[in-house]
Amino acid sequence: MTVPLALEPAGMGWQLELRGDWSLAAMPQIEAQLESLPTTLRGPMLCDWSHAEAPGIAPAWALLRRLSHAGLPAAEIGHSGGPPHFLELLQKLELDLLTPSGPQLAPLKLEGPIAKLGRWSVLQGRHARGVLEFLGRIAAVIGQAFGRPRALRISSLARHIYETGVTAIPIVSLIAFLISVIVAYIGAQQLSRFGADIFVVDLVTIAVLREMGVLLTAIIVAGRSGSAFAAEIGVMQLNEETDALRAMGMNPIEMLVVPRVLALIIVLPLLTVIADAMGLAGGGLLSLIDLNIPLPQFTYRLRESLSPTTFWSGLIKAPVFAALIAMVGTYRGMQVRDSARELGRLTTVAVVQSIFMVILADASFAVLFQKINF
Amino acid sequence: MLDRSVDPVIRVRSLGNRFGSQVVHDGLDMEVRQNEIFGVVGGSGTGKSVLLRSILGLRHPDAGTVELYGRDVETLAAADRSSLVQSYGVTFQNGALISSLTVAQNVQLPLREHYSLSENTLDELAQLNLALVGLEPEAGAKFPSQLSGGMIKRAALARALALEPKLLFLDEPTSGLDPISAAAFDELLLYLHAQLRLTVVMITHDLDTLFATCTRVGVIVDKHMISDTLDGMLENPHPWIHSYFHGARARAAEKENHG
Repeated sequence: MTVPLALEPAGMGWQLELRGDWSLAAMPQIEAQLESLPTTLRGPMLCDWSHAEAPGIAPAWALLRRLSHAGLPAAEIGHSGGPPHFLELLQKLELDLLTPSGPQLAPLKLEGPIAKLGRWSVLQGRHARGVLEFLGRIAAVIGQAFGRPRALRISSLARHIYETGVTAIPIVSLIAFLISVIVAYIGAQQLSRFGADIFVVDLVTIAVLREMGVLLTAIIVAGRSGSAFAAEIGVMQLNEETDALRAMGMNPIEMLVVPRVLALIIVLPLLTVIADAMGLAGGGLLSLIDLNIPLPQFTYRLRESLSPTTFWSGLIKAPVFAALIAMVGTYRGMQVRDSARELGRLTTVAVVQSIFMVILADASFAVLFQKINF
Repeated sequence: MLDRSVDPVIRVRSLGNRFGSQVVHDGLDMEVRQNEIFGVVGGSGTGKSVLLRSILGLRHPDAGTVELYGRDVETLAAADRSSLVQSYGVTFQNGALISSLTVAQNVQLPLREHYSLSENTLDELAQLNLALVGLEPEAGAKFPSQLSGGMIKRAALARALALEPKLLFLDEPTSGLDPISAAAFDELLLYLHAQLRLTVVMITHDLDTLFATCTRVGVIVDKHMISDTLDGMLENPHPWIHSYFHGARARAAEKENHG
């Protein structure tokens, strides 16, 4: 392979012969050769293009930049042997670059840990204020709705009830059924060692009704609908649709956020009831097949094990979880700005955070119910 | 009338495109020769963008062939296709800059993908391409969302020029620009066309741009394309073409460029 350039002394100065492939494709070799030129050059320089094949813009630019870095003024550089047609343009642009333009940006200073802490606190404070403001706006819209029912956007609400609720029934049912079969199976294995098979019914009933039914449903809905809320509203933000709504005198919180929050608050308890039923069905089926407990005996035992609050202590959590999921999803969606990457990041944040909040709330409920013997 | 000694850069033959029962193109022919600035014009919904997508090989046409530099876009093998992609540059209507990268990184993106260059060289080349389209070096560090409409168009052009194509496709390069920015863009295009010896295919609604830059124009009417010089178009009796080139806006644009 031919070396792309050769530097030879000629008279007072230098002659630089350019050889072989000088297209963009040969850029790596050319780059390496340019690097090997002396760091400073003096005297007139003549570039001979007659042996350069298919000279490209980028290599020519790299050559000009390299010569200028070596301290050669443009007036001392000559070109011969049919230089490429765009060379003149490049020389002109090169000259423009040399004239300094505006102050250079100061390099970032290393921050002390205290400055970092301060910045973090300010950010968190701003964040908390944002959340509070968001909650306030939602409350304001719901408050208005008492005097102006139109603010509730019934058609939009219906759509979200269908999308977050009705279409979620199959997956919620299936997962509740399977998980309770698994719980019953593992419980049966342990309890049958003590001959306490019948307590599998108690185990399934209490676990499903108090905790698992609502928690599983909330987590599925957070994955399905929390992410959808964040992504839908996020894309509308990127398309400036929310700005358009504001400009037309409409309130995006009222149009986009409140219908989703209300829909989920309505839907999640209903889904929880379905999940409870499917969970009990799963437990009953496993008891019948694995433990030979006939259905009448299962239902009798089920009624025995229930306290009046068992079912309600699960269901009462559903609207709270729903509000958390919907508000985290829509809030993160409203935060999307500027780029597709933000959209992806905030959708992820929405799901992770809403699941975290649901579990945190569930733990708080557990402590609360224990304290008040609910 | 056509000069047969020079092979056309783009040759589209009896192209057909339909969406369901809606026929967009039916037997559309188009030729673009070296060093032309070819304007594509047509009413809304006549399939200008569909034509562009067919030429770029982004859409499989329902009938007909598309040749770039004498090679069929459809039958090109994957390996060959990447070399073809490197021979043209495209700007999309809204810029289509990658929103999570800075302008300089956007310009470097195709260079990074196709060549292994040092960071230093990549910076130099980003600087070159920004300078070529008349953007300040400081614009390189900005994100697309921080740019004005005119700067986005220029940045998109810089990215399209990064691989040193001989052929440039521009989709509505001046739409959404104020007349002064649009005129500056026309000037830039003419300058680059002359200096870099580019062949340009431009979809545009902007009559000023059309009169200021284009050497030939192709009008999509009745699912076909009628190509002619601007002077030829002014004489064309077809009712749509007549009203397009003789409307009030057209007369103003013509006056400005000929008078």
